[in-house]
Amino acid sequence: MLQKIYDWVDERLDITPMWRDIADHEVPEHVNPAHHFSAFVYCFGGLTFFTVVIQILSGMFLTMYYVPDIINAYESVYYLQNEVTFGVIVRGMHHWGASLVIVMMFLHTLRVFFTGSYKKPRELNWVVGVLMFFVILGLGFTGYLLPWDMKAYFATVVGLEIAESVPVVGDFTKTLLAGGEIVGAQTLARFFAIHVFFLPGALLGLLGAHFYMIRKQGISGPL
Amino acid sequence: MSSEKEHRVSRRQFLTYTLTGVGGFMAAGIALPLTRFALDPALEGGDEQEMVAVASVDELTEEPQRFDYSFEQEDAWHTSEVTQTAWLYLDGDEVVALSPVCTHLGCTVDWDSNEDFPNQFFCPCHGGRFEKDGVNVAGTPPTRPLDVYEMEVRDGTVYLGRPISRD
Repeated sequence: MLQKIYDWVDERLDITPMWRDIADHEVPEHVNPAHHFSAFVYCFGGLTFFTVVIQILSGMFLTMYYVPDIINAYESVYYLQNEVTFGVIVRGMHHWGASLVIVMMFLHTLRVFFTGSYKKPRELNWVVGVLMFFVILGLGFTGYLLPWDMKAYFATVVGLEIAESVPVVGDFTKTLLAGGEIVGAQTLARFFAIHVFFLPGALLGLLGAHFYMIRKQGISGPL
Repeated sequence: MSSEKEHRVSRRQFLTYTLTGVGGFMAAGIALPLTRFALDPALEGGDEQEMVAVASVDELTEEPQRFDYSFEQEDAWHTSEVTQTAWLYLDGDEVVALSPVCTHLGCTVDWDSNEDFPNQFFCPCHGGRFEKDGVNVAGTPPTRPLDVYEMEVRDGTVYLGRPISRD
């Protein structure tokens, strides 16, 4: 049945070369853990992507209940975690996954660094990777405010103070991020917008570039 | 295919099965909580609604009268005071409590408000009509009678709960 549907579509749209090109490529021996177990370090990039996918999925579902408003934000988080079935699990996925993305990304960066994979001709891919590092830190920073509890509030207060300490542009940056002079209604609304629209959009674009480049240039050679 | 006949599984088949199995298990582990989470409002029953004191039996007559009453409505994380309307009248000794929600498309009916149709509930949206006991008039849009409120009379006071469909 599935095969028939696939054949029907393939006959008309010739989709086989498309997924072949994406999925069907050789894995060199030096990155295959079946040959050298230590090659598992090459899995961290994929694991980072996997956790990012989980973050996107669980985040999409969380927005079904979450309200980015200073009166209701905390109550809606409390409700979705304690009243909605599996709410603990879905919010738990997003909460723990957030830390896991950072950990995986860090391990991936270490592997790229110590295998020298950032060297010519792959410098641009390193640059894109570092940009994603900042985007993901931004996702962590903006997401932290959303539950609107004491920890969230004061973490953001401190974060914005740090931004303010930057010479020349500090004041401007702080006001722009906070959406005003205080951490309040506008801060929450814009952190939500940045967290669910702007940064994920940027992240997906950068991911596309990251994956395109690694396919184009191939994985770096053995040490 | 011959290998299948001999109940032997090739290395490639074994890998396909195990990888699909493990992958499917992991995908299900992610998809299941997310799906149940999203379906929650549809799967959880509505909250209990407390009976609210609406009127005293002494006030009621044979003629339907409009009573507005307020109660605390819980809506997920939001609690608010909402106002609801009931049409009450006496049928002998029995108290009848009708919902004002038209059974056609949910507009609000009014008693005796249209000159052409005296002593009927009239819905201004599409001209739906109901008799005094709430039964829909044939030939008008509504397909079933007005809902009646869950009701209780205690110490001469009428308490109302949620509207119940009588089909």
